[in-house]
Amino acid sequence: MINKEVRNIADALEGVSNGAVVMVGGFGSVGQPDALIEGLIEQGARDLTVIANNAGSGRVGLAKLMEAGRIRKIICSFPRSAGSVVFEELFRAGKLELEIVPQGTLAERIRAAGAGIPAFYTPTTVGTILAKGKESRSFDGKTYVMEHALHADIALIEAWRTDRLGNCIYRESGRNFNAVMAMGARKTIVQSCGMVELGNLDPEAIVTPGIFVDRIVVVPDTANSDVALEGAV
Amino acid sequence: MTDFKPLSRKELAARIAQDIPEGWYVNLGIGIPTLIADVIPAEKEIILHSENGVLGFGPAPASDKIDPWLINAGKQHVTLRPGGSFFHHADSFAMIRGGHLDLCVLGAFEVSSSGDLANWATSERDNAPAVGGAMDLVAGTRRVWVATEHTTREGLPKLVKACSYPLTAPGVVSRIYTNLAIIEVMNGNFTVKEMIPGITKEILQEYTGAKLLFEEVEYV
Repeated sequence: MINKEVRNIADALEGVSNGAVVMVGGFGSVGQPDALIEGLIEQGARDLTVIANNAGSGRVGLAKLMEAGRIRKIICSFPRSAGSVVFEELFRAGKLELEIVPQGTLAERIRAAGAGIPAFYTPTTVGTILAKGKESRSFDGKTYVMEHALHADIALIEAWRTDRLGNCIYRESGRNFNAVMAMGARKTIVQSCGMVELGNLDPEAIVTPGIFVDRIVVVPDTANSDVALEGAV
Repeated sequence: MTDFKPLSRKELAARIAQDIPEGWYVNLGIGIPTLIADVIPAEKEIILHSENGVLGFGPAPASDKIDPWLINAGKQHVTLRPGGSFFHHADSFAMIRGGHLDLCVLGAFEVSSSGDLANWATSERDNAPAVGGAMDLVAGTRRVWVATEHTTREGLPKLVKACSYPLTAPGVVSRIYTNLAIIEVMNGNFTVKEMIPGITKEILQEYTGAKLLFEEVEYV
């Protein structure tokens, strides 16, 4: 019997090595798998490269991992936002490397990695400093910049409901980068707000089929505990 | 000195909302553009797109009706209108980059009279530039409008001959809504279409860093 659910955060993160490239889902705090991110502090991996849309806020989740000195480099589209204090401190002190990628290019580079596409052309960044040093090419008289697929060793994502095969659905705007990153990494670890019995997710509505998922750990969403598990579909 | 009262941010948002036709798919940037969602009349069907995977969002919720899972690009809580949908980031930017949106309304640090937009970094060595989805939006949507105060807090012009900040993209802005005027960007020129009551052409020109053309100006 296939069962991708593991008992706890430690089992979920087993094997994440020093220097790993880690995708972290979420947009701001919505859909961000905070328990898995903070679990990396206990787990101990160092020298990480993190791919995420934002660079954390406050002192929880990604910001906490950053503050613990575990992140060497962050690849993101929007590092500076309300409450991104830890990022700003470390970046100013030269303790964090930053690669800025436009949000749509970031999503597509991750999707390309998951879809076996090594590179693609996009009109985004043409005529700007972010296109410097990049190969460009003209198609039908319009200029495009070549962007490479962005691979990762691990994706940490948050899903709303999962079954033991790893099928996932998301909640509202919590889908964001999670469904894309699930495809883009060699190993995908899901922080699930709740497991449902096999067969209880509507096959028409499954967003991430279990083929993209390796491990699941359940971390109930306390803020939404009034939403019944059986109401998954 | 003539007497005029610049539009408030909310009045500016409402003025822009008037000009968006029913049926358009529209992305709203962070800042003043975000406020447009709160002033579109409920009966006017404009479909708002949020880059974090929401189509058909509505105004901000009442404080006791906040849904923690439903936010806009500025990470503020919003509501979903009937017929709304959710999707992931790659699909969201396929809508943007694929030319499916009619309009995006963005904020700006500077706009040039040739339509260059600068709204993501304050220098090439900006400590933490924040590009987000801006470069994808201007590369992909059919029209780019800017919503901004006419000058910086220090009173310096934001509408200029050439941008001094790093560009988000060259030659993309077609119309600018400020707290003083509505300006079309055409053939390398700023052409004033509308001004707020009480302001003069001379004063508006004084607050602007490039020559203004005045053709058939309407006073609102």
